[in-house]
Amino acid sequence: MSGRSILKRIDWLSVFIYFALVFIGWINIYSSTFTDEHSSIFDFSTLYGKQLFFIGVSLVTIVVVLALEVNFYERFSSLLYLLSMVSLLGLFVFGKTIAGATSWYDLGFFNLQPSELAKVATALALAKYLSDIQTDIKRRKDQFYALLIILVPAILIIPQPDPGSALVFFAMIFVIFREGLPLYYLVIILSLILVFVTTLMFGTVWLIIGLALLIIILFATKRKKLKIPVIPLSLVSVAVILFSLSVNFVFNNVFEQRHRDRFGLWLRLEKDPKKLEQIRKSIGYNTYQSEKAIESGGFFGKGFLEGTRTKGDFVPEQHTDYIFSTVGEEWGFLGTATVIILFTVLFLRLISLAERQKNAFSRMYGYGVISILLIHYFINIGMVIGILPTIGIPLPFFSYGGSGLLFFTILLFIFLRLDTNRLKESF
Amino acid sequence: MRKILLSLIIVVIAITFLGRLSYLQIFSFSAEQVLEDPAIKAIYDYPERGYIYDRNGHLLVGNDPAYDVMVIPREVQPLDTLEFCGLLGIDKEKFVEKLRRARVYSPRLPSVLVPQLSKQDYAKLQEKMRKYKGFYIQKRSLRYYDTPSAANVLGYISEVNEGDLAVNKYYVQGELKGRTGVERYYEDLLRGRKGVQYIQKDRFNRDIGPYKNGTIDTLPEQGKQISITIDKALQEYGELLMNGKRGGIVAIEPATGEILSMISGPTYDPALLVGRERSKNYTKLYNDTIANPTWDRSIHAQQPPGSPFKTLNALIALQEGVLDVNTTIQCYHGFYVGKKKRGCHCGGGLRSLNKGISQSCNAYFAGAFRKIYEKFETTDEGMDVWEKHMKSFGLGDYLGYDLPFGQKGRIPNKEYYDKWYGDNRWSSSYIISNAIGQGEILATPVQLANMTAAIANRGHYFTPHILKKIEGKDITEPKFTEAKHTTIDPKHFEPVVQGMADVYVSGTARWLQIPGIEVAGKTGTAENFTKIDGVRTQLTDHSVFVAFAPVDDPKIAIAVYIENGYFGSRYAGHIATLMIEKYLKGEITLKTLEKRMLEKTLKAEYAKPYSREEFKINERVW
Repeated sequence: MSGRSILKRIDWLSVFIYFALVFIGWINIYSSTFTDEHSSIFDFSTLYGKQLFFIGVSLVTIVVVLALEVNFYERFSSLLYLLSMVSLLGLFVFGKTIAGATSWYDLGFFNLQPSELAKVATALALAKYLSDIQTDIKRRKDQFYALLIILVPAILIIPQPDPGSALVFFAMIFVIFREGLPLYYLVIILSLILVFVTTLMFGTVWLIIGLALLIIILFATKRKKLKIPVIPLSLVSVAVILFSLSVNFVFNNVFEQRHRDRFGLWLRLEKDPKKLEQIRKSIGYNTYQSEKAIESGGFFGKGFLEGTRTKGDFVPEQHTDYIFSTVGEEWGFLGTATVIILFTVLFLRLISLAERQKNAFSRMYGYGVISILLIHYFINIGMVIGILPTIGIPLPFFSYGGSGLLFFTILLFIFLRLDTNRLKESF
Repeated sequence: MRKILLSLIIVVIAITFLGRLSYLQIFSFSAEQVLEDPAIKAIYDYPERGYIYDRNGHLLVGNDPAYDVMVIPREVQPLDTLEFCGLLGIDKEKFVEKLRRARVYSPRLPSVLVPQLSKQDYAKLQEKMRKYKGFYIQKRSLRYYDTPSAANVLGYISEVNEGDLAVNKYYVQGELKGRTGVERYYEDLLRGRKGVQYIQKDRFNRDIGPYKNGTIDTLPEQGKQISITIDKALQEYGELLMNGKRGGIVAIEPATGEILSMISGPTYDPALLVGRERSKNYTKLYNDTIANPTWDRSIHAQQPPGSPFKTLNALIALQEGVLDVNTTIQCYHGFYVGKKKRGCHCGGGLRSLNKGISQSCNAYFAGAFRKIYEKFETTDEGMDVWEKHMKSFGLGDYLGYDLPFGQKGRIPNKEYYDKWYGDNRWSSSYIISNAIGQGEILATPVQLANMTAAIANRGHYFTPHILKKIEGKDITEPKFTEAKHTTIDPKHFEPVVQGMADVYVSGTARWLQIPGIEVAGKTGTAENFTKIDGVRTQLTDHSVFVAFAPVDDPKIAIAVYIENGYFGSRYAGHIATLMIEKYLKGEITLKTLEKRMLEKTLKAEYAKPYSREEFKINERVW
């Protein structure tokens, strides 16, 4: 296919939103790392200068990604997956440690984070496996293999330690769901989360009381013809109670104090408002500062380069994980709502793109892309605005960081490249 | 279903995020947040607190500069400690200890090393100050009192506490705020508004320039100079007369409702609550729970008013037409409450309204009171009418004066007695004590003075108030300048006023006459009880007196309430008469009365309940 027809068929809405997000992101990185000693935006010794450089690199990469043959990605996906797993293993030997996590290779001019590569590779490999003519996701064995593809990189990443990135891989379960993994898996996962949270908030006793109430309601409102499966129901109840008890055990004995603190803060387990305020200002310092910065922006924001808390460097890691708080302070609700809407439109657009693929691999890869971007977006902004516990992962296209921007770009544009070929069932 | 699920999740996330963001940025956001922003430091410029003058333009409260020696421990360099201590007037050990404490508090922030230097010490220190690095002198303003009186009216100021900070966002730690009296009620006027300059800081607390280029900075607004209605000379004189006595005096100008003096005894010198000795003095005053000098009796002490209350019952009886000026009632040296006889000191015989008042006949007013109730078919109706008339004199309610609220007193109503005796199980004879101002009635001195002013005005009063002028301009607040009319027709007042005038001519206060001034008054003697070791014990009667003068053109209405002073014509009558003469003539001719009041105290009387011995009450003292 010629370059011209790619430009004709590429989804310009997605491309536009991508550039909008990258641009807004850079503006805010500039603001949060800007100092009064003015220097050129092309000064690569500054953080905003470096980020600008990586935006340039990403542009070049986009050209390359679009120029490659469309079947290249499917064909080489297994190899790429293998390579990326090797690179993750290699970290245990050659890895560079930054801020306590051995997650980087030192390439001299910049640090490469192989987990970013692994996200792209896993999305490709999963799509390839699921789209294989011989795979039937209704079969237990195939379900297992599919999960394995996701779990291997996650397990390799956890000990770095980087639980945040590992979490991203679990999000790809959505792809398998889309392709027919029974929904009760999802129900089980959601129930486990629910039991976990209620146990921490109210304790096992209240959980049992709640469970008993539910069962009573079930019996009270049942229709005559419907038989209630008594044995499975009691088994489930016992399982829930056991899990609840194990949550207590794990929370008190396996978790470290900082994890307990984070959950304690998130679920407001401390009831004394004075102590809670203390915890918010010490353990929850980052989130506290970022919430305050966002709140102080008000509806219209304080204006570009006018954020007092941003200028005073009150929010730690503001140019990376907490970049959204800069948007909040300087651009106000108008700014934050714009960013949320841009992301939402992008996600919905990508879903509609994925759904219009004739080719199964393209569709599944599309869902992989959406899952990865969505979980980053959800956890990052959720953390910055204080409704989720602190889990350090970046905001796609926004946060400062070369590898991140580069691989998010590759991730997205491979899909947009596949999309240009959507009318063909195979390549 | 599977296809929509993810879209649904995305939309739910978006709604959640937008909800949370609108909560943070729209609902929680407030413009004052700039003050809590750690990145912005506010530097304040404090205006001088407003001066307070009396009604004639005499200064009551001003400001005095005071000089604190401050230290920033980090900037202190080796110095000649001995010489410096000599200049400061403290010894070396104390100096070292103070410096240590300042360092513990903060090496970077200023602490007070020596508070409130005298002007002389300041003068000596000032020229040598530059030799001592890390120390500087900070000028502050302290309240200065040009009178030893009126502590209860003026009030005092003190540093804001956490409660104040939570209630009013204006204040910042370390600022001063009026606590009682005028200082509290007119805090906003006197304080002015501080100016503020915002400085942008980074997280190491370093200045990085003015915030928003100073566009939202403000200039200080001066505190207002105010004049209050108090007559400084009268107030000071009244406090002299109160020597060793407990009680309250309130004098009001009937034509305006202006409070001429407001005295609570015992009191204290307002200067005690300023300066270095403040907290020591405050603790001492506050801990005196027996004499209670910080308790303003003029607005807080609610007591049975006694016989001055008879004048109101007379007015109500006339208004309701149950008797006229010529109606007579036989006094058999007393009257009955249920089956119990209560005495009367009037001498007995056939009593008319005039004699009833001037001789303070209990039996006459018991009869009049009963007549009021007999007019109505049920006691409830009578009670309602009686209550309505009473309340129109400002009794049984906060008057609405511009001082921190005192007590509201009590005019009992039918609900009150229903609770006490049961519905419909009481009648006028149960509550007959109300006829003579005993029973269940309570009033504060300011209410008694106001009631007297209403009689002096023949039917209306102006809400008593303390503020006269702001920055030299008379107040125009309608609440204080519009007359409140009582429910009694003006024509009924003349006979009552005549009776009160006769109190001075031929009645219970006939030996208190002031040459050249016609005074109308009414004595009162109020029974009272206390509990000693759980036993209800009667104490010497309270001495009560209300008066106004001159009768035809009243310039002053006064109520005096002296605890345990026995007959109304004694302590309370003396003091009221002297105050009237002082105010109207500017000098005292009744030297005997004056001498008696300046010398006699009631300390022995007040010691009785605490003596743990048997004691007599209502003894003849002169």
